Amino acid sequence: MINVNSKTLLEVRDLHATVGGAEILKGVDLTVKSGEIHAIMGLNGSGKSTLAKVLAGHPSYEVTRGTLLFDGHDLSALAPEDRARAGVFLAFQYPVEIPGVANNQFLRLAYNTVRGQRGEEELDPLEFDDFVREKMKLLKMNPDFLDRSVNEGFSGGEKKRNEILQMALLEPRLALLDETDSGLDIDALRIVANGVNQLSNKDNALILVTHYQRLLDYIVPDYVHVMEAGRIIRTSGKELALALEKHGYDWIHADDQMTEARP
Amino acid sequence: MSAALQNLVNQPYKHGFVTNIESDIAPKGLNEDIIRLISSKKNEPEWLLAFRLDAYRRWLNMVEPAWQNVKYPKIDFQAISYYSAPKPKKKLASMDEVDPELLRTFEKLGVPMHERAALAGVAVDVIFDSVSVATTYKEKLAEVGIIFCSISEAVQLYPELIKQYLGTVVPPGDNYYAALNSAVFTDGSFCFIPKGVKCPMDLSTYFRINTEESGQFERTLIIAEEGASVSYLEGCTAPRFDTNQLHAAVVELIALDDADIKYSTVQNWYAGDENGVGGIYNFVTKRGLAKGRNSRISWTQVETGSAITWKYPSCILRGENSVGEFYSVAVTNHHQQADTGTKMIHIGANTRSTIVSKGISAGQSNSSYRGLVRITPAARNARNYSQCDSMLIGNQCGAHTFPYIQVQNNSAQVEHEASTSRIGEDQLFYFSQRGIGAEEAVSMIINGFCKEVFQQLPLEFAVEATKLLSFKLEGSVG
Ligand SMILES: Nc1ncnc2c1ncn2[C@@H]1O[C@H](COP(=O)(O)OP(=O)(O)O)[C@@H](O)[C@H]1O
Ligand SMILES: [Mg+2]
Repeated sequence: MINVNSKTLLEVRDLHATVGGAEILKGVDLTVKSGEIHAIMGLNGSGKSTLAKVLAGHPSYEVTRGTLLFDGHDLSALAPEDRARAGVFLAFQYPVEIPGVANNQFLRLAYNTVRGQRGEEELDPLEFDDFVREKMKLLKMNPDFLDRSVNEGFSGGEKKRNEILQMALLEPRLALLDETDSGLDIDALRIVANGVNQLSNKDNALILVTHYQRLLDYIVPDYVHVMEAGRIIRTSGKELALALEKHGYDWIHADDQMTEARP
Repeated sequence: MSAALQNLVNQPYKHGFVTNIESDIAPKGLNEDIIRLISSKKNEPEWLLAFRLDAYRRWLNMVEPAWQNVKYPKIDFQAISYYSAPKPKKKLASMDEVDPELLRTFEKLGVPMHERAALAGVAVDVIFDSVSVATTYKEKLAEVGIIFCSISEAVQLYPELIKQYLGTVVPPGDNYYAALNSAVFTDGSFCFIPKGVKCPMDLSTYFRINTEESGQFERTLIIAEEGASVSYLEGCTAPRFDTNQLHAAVVELIALDDADIKYSTVQNWYAGDENGVGGIYNFVTKRGLAKGRNSRISWTQVETGSAITWKYPSCILRGENSVGEFYSVAVTNHHQQADTGTKMIHIGANTRSTIVSKGISAGQSNSSYRGLVRITPAARNARNYSQCDSMLIGNQCGAHTFPYIQVQNNSAQVEHEASTSRIGEDQLFYFSQRGIGAEEAVSMIINGFCKEVFQQLPLEFAVEATKLLSFKLEGSVG
């Protein structure tokens, strides 16, 4: 929800970043205020996941120019775990499998680490078990997933739900959801979207990377951005997503003069 | 590899300090006179001196083996002192009388042994350098007829038992280092569980090399008579030195009908520094003879230390229905090398063996699993299951698996599974994105990886092993 008085949570200016020597981000500008929901769309390979990973601090990616402020602090000075503890959350497009590490153990450690950092109480295994089962109900997840290894042998949709479960546990201030809708059937999409909506409030913000309008039917964005070749080339309201769905990305170039720049 | 991965293994060795206790050291070098000196210092019977000299003469005619997948400079056996003993200030009747310096050493090692013994019900036969200085719980064990003492003491008090069993599982000419050990062993543990007795507590020995350049030649002999059972724990740490130290122990286990011996090791000898300077050479011969029907020999080892580890705790399954087990975690980091595994020799009918080996390599280290499963013609319906998993941390280390399978009876069932995985940057990033730092992440992954082996350890040891592994891998991930 747009509110002129809410404070700026994320401010990205002229962000350039490389991976393996190749420049992928070529001057990204993006401002996200608390309470807002942003959608980022764009063709495969345009740099959406790269932007998400750079924000989260993936060590393979190097910021070569520009600034990255979170809540007024320089994010690029923080290790990835410190960014997470400060409230930046990334729901991965491809969550990795971690054989041998039980999901419940992993979730509890993550939960207690982040909560501990905020000066909030840590939960012992029994308390945590009750707590996490409640959250799983919200996402209609089978509690059996607690005893399995993290993401190991999970279907695509199960992995995505497990990501949102983590978001529900960690209650981030800024959540980046990278194609969380891909691989979800329509029922799962509704459940996940519902869960995300319940977590959304005036103090946090959400960035959704998606290809599909159908997610945005459930989680309605305040802004829609289009990324191309490492830049955000168009920003508009939620109607932009509908237009893209209808006309495809080429339509943007056919209609360049319509671009509304956002300060 | 990221910087977080680099930092997880580079911590200095925590147990690197030298205790100042006066040592009584034999002159360097090895010859028959030195062997006679050792034997007379220990007031040994004539037959034992003969045993030593026979082993020495065999050793002279043997060549140092070179087939193992490890590299080290040639050892100068004349530059080693073969005997060193702390000078006891007086006879020790209780733990209170143990040299406070020694107690402080154990304190530093995190082994408050009197507490440990009392609270955990563990009898600790403390080996300090080569001579036992304190033995606890001996009386309690004696009540049920269990003998648990140093092997030197056993030679004096139970010479017939020693004569009957010593060298029967690992004969003096078995291999180069076993021959050397048989010639010059100075101390070690002896444990005898009589017929029908279940040992009421875990038996535990802490080893510690303390004198620079004094080779360690421990000799351990454990016998479980018919229906007896025992769980034996061996753990070791060593102080930091620049010169390599040879450690060539021999451990022999004998299980008669229906007997059960479980031998667990947590090995943390000094591994050398991050440039590969110094560290212990750990060339050990460990073998168990499942002699009786329904007997069981089980080895569990957590190998984290030494510059070079070279050992294959093995089982000879002679008794019908006997069982052999080998559960191993071997961690190498920096320039450490490990060539370890097991041999399961099936002789009796219906014998079964299980091998679970987990190798973890970090830094520039190299780790090899070498295992032999032999099903001899007489071993009807023998079964073996082997599982060898390797985990690599970073991309400069190596893991190798050499399984040798020899089946001479076609009723046998032999299964072998192997896997290799790598702790990748993306896994660590996943953890860190959830607020969990690299060290904790690695320790969680490693503990998951080693779970099947840790479950075999007595609880106390499992906790210790978990901590030790995390400690060993600190700085390896970054
Ligand atoms: N590790 C890498 N090394 C080199 N190029 C990469 C690497 N990772 C991603 N890229 C490239 O960066 C570009 C953007 O990728 P990505 O951010 O995943 O796109 P999107 O999420 O928008 O589909 C692609 O051309 C991709 O091939
Ligand atoms: Mg992507």
